[in-house]
Amino acid sequence: MSATTSTTGAGAPGPDAPAGQTQSIWVLSWLHLKYQFLETVRIPIAVLGNVLFPSLSMFFFVVPQESVAGNPLYATVAVAGLGLFAVCSASLFTYGLGVAEDRQLPFYPFLRSLPAGPGPQMVARVLNGGIFSLFGLLPLILIGWLFTAATLTAGQLLAGVGTILAVSVPFVLLGMAIGYKLSAKAALPVVQVILFPLAFAGGLFLPPQMFPAWLDAISKATPTRAGRDLLVQATTGLDAYALALPVLAGWTLLFAVLAVLSYRSDEGRRFR
Amino acid sequence: MSAVEVSGVTRRFGDVVALDDVSLEVGHGELVGLLGPNGAGKSTLLSLVSGQRRPDAGVVRLNGHDPRDARSRTVLGLTPQETGLPATLRVREVVDFVGGHYPDPVPTGDLLEQFGLADLGKRQTGSLSGGQKRRLAVALSLVGRPRVVLLDEPTTGLDVSGRGALWDAIREYHAGGGTVLLTSHYLEEVQALAERVVVIDRGIVLADDSLETILGRVGARRVQFTDAAGTRQEHLVADSDEFVRDLVHTGTEFRDLEIRGASLEEAFGQLVDGTNEVDATNVDATNEGAVR
Repeated sequence: MSATTSTTGAGAPGPDAPAGQTQSIWVLSWLHLKYQFLETVRIPIAVLGNVLFPSLSMFFFVVPQESVAGNPLYATVAVAGLGLFAVCSASLFTYGLGVAEDRQLPFYPFLRSLPAGPGPQMVARVLNGGIFSLFGLLPLILIGWLFTAATLTAGQLLAGVGTILAVSVPFVLLGMAIGYKLSAKAALPVVQVILFPLAFAGGLFLPPQMFPAWLDAISKATPTRAGRDLLVQATTGLDAYALALPVLAGWTLLFAVLAVLSYRSDEGRRFR
Repeated sequence: MSAVEVSGVTRRFGDVVALDDVSLEVGHGELVGLLGPNGAGKSTLLSLVSGQRRPDAGVVRLNGHDPRDARSRTVLGLTPQETGLPATLRVREVVDFVGGHYPDPVPTGDLLEQFGLADLGKRQTGSLSGGQKRRLAVALSLVGRPRVVLLDEPTTGLDVSGRGALWDAIREYHAGGGTVLLTSHYLEEVQALAERVVVIDRGIVLADDSLETILGRVGARRVQFTDAAGTRQEHLVADSDEFVRDLVHTGTEFRDLEIRGASLEEAFGQLVDGTNEVDATNVDATNEGAVR
């Protein structure tokens, strides 16, 4: 990737120099992605936790149940649901808690004074989250393939991974909205209070076919249910309900606005 | 257009007024020392100039533009707090990362060479000594070839040689036409570098003048001696020579005479009280009464 902007900072520009141009958002996003990736990967336990959690859930909750593990459709849907839960939880925790913790580090105000707006940092966070979600999905897919009857064509696998990453975007944004607004201590319980009801109502633990009609109606308005159904559609061909995509897009937009508002209102710590 | 322009700025944190109607202008190529005790509002002022915070009232301009706009910060360099370096990243990675934000950064190798960090490029910043971290912090402020540099306590906690090397780097940058605004609570540091000094305390600019003038104002001396009754007396005086001459002329008995420069805290005390002319009677620390 090369710098696409043209201002040269060399020499001594006249006193009436106009405001400079920052590096292009893609150059800066790439820069922040490298930085965040290195920071994440240098603390191996964080990576390991992300990889282990979905795999262990598979072994505890899906593989032992012959009625689920032995049925290609159910098994695939179960893998999809757990995969989505893993990605949602990773996104909300990494961003909600991670951002809140970062904000308490003294390097953070320095970052905010570099010539870059909030965009590159957010883009990098989303992409970095995506990369580590993929690390978490890999063993999950392997287990599903080796120990259950779940089947996927190469095309479905690709569509599934693509969908799950796209579906993770609103959760990453929600995490950021929480992380930029709250302290680390407050962010933790808030994330938990949001994650588990959303995961349950979205049918990530129990298939929504078991829900009574009223719960099903609520469920269909949640981003988790919309994401789950889109993911199931991508991996099994079962059609999602018609409003799934608009519902997900609406939540994504709302969370994006909240994330930007939180970032703007964040003025760092009171004293440093 | 000034490099830094702060006019009528007030910034509160809850009930605490960190800056109270502060105005300050720094021209291009100036080297200004911002002097004040801890909690005086120095860091808050720098955070406004670097766009990290918004003033509650008043206007802040960096090179004529709002520093909260990322584009205007392409001309700005500043130091992270020493403790704030990302511990798991290598020295070279941090420099590459920060430099990557600027259109024409100093090549990482050259910068590390200049600050004597060339051998440490592959070390994680968490493993550096305090002095090495300080050097890296100042190096980071210069990586983008900035026109304006904000240095927050650049050499706090350094030994004499480390401090001298950093001062040289700052002077060299300034000699090349750069504008420097540095904070310190060490009079010595401001004395070594600044041409102009701004004294700030409790969010108010107490003095803004050339280095010599300010030094004259804060150059109080602390005189201690034991009087005839065996009581240890302590006096804060503007002119210790005059004070001692008086002491001798009046024939007051004394022993163990001791004279030293007043600490900066004591000097600030004077400025805050608004008393330029200090004499023994109104700052008599021990309330022993006038000696004369």
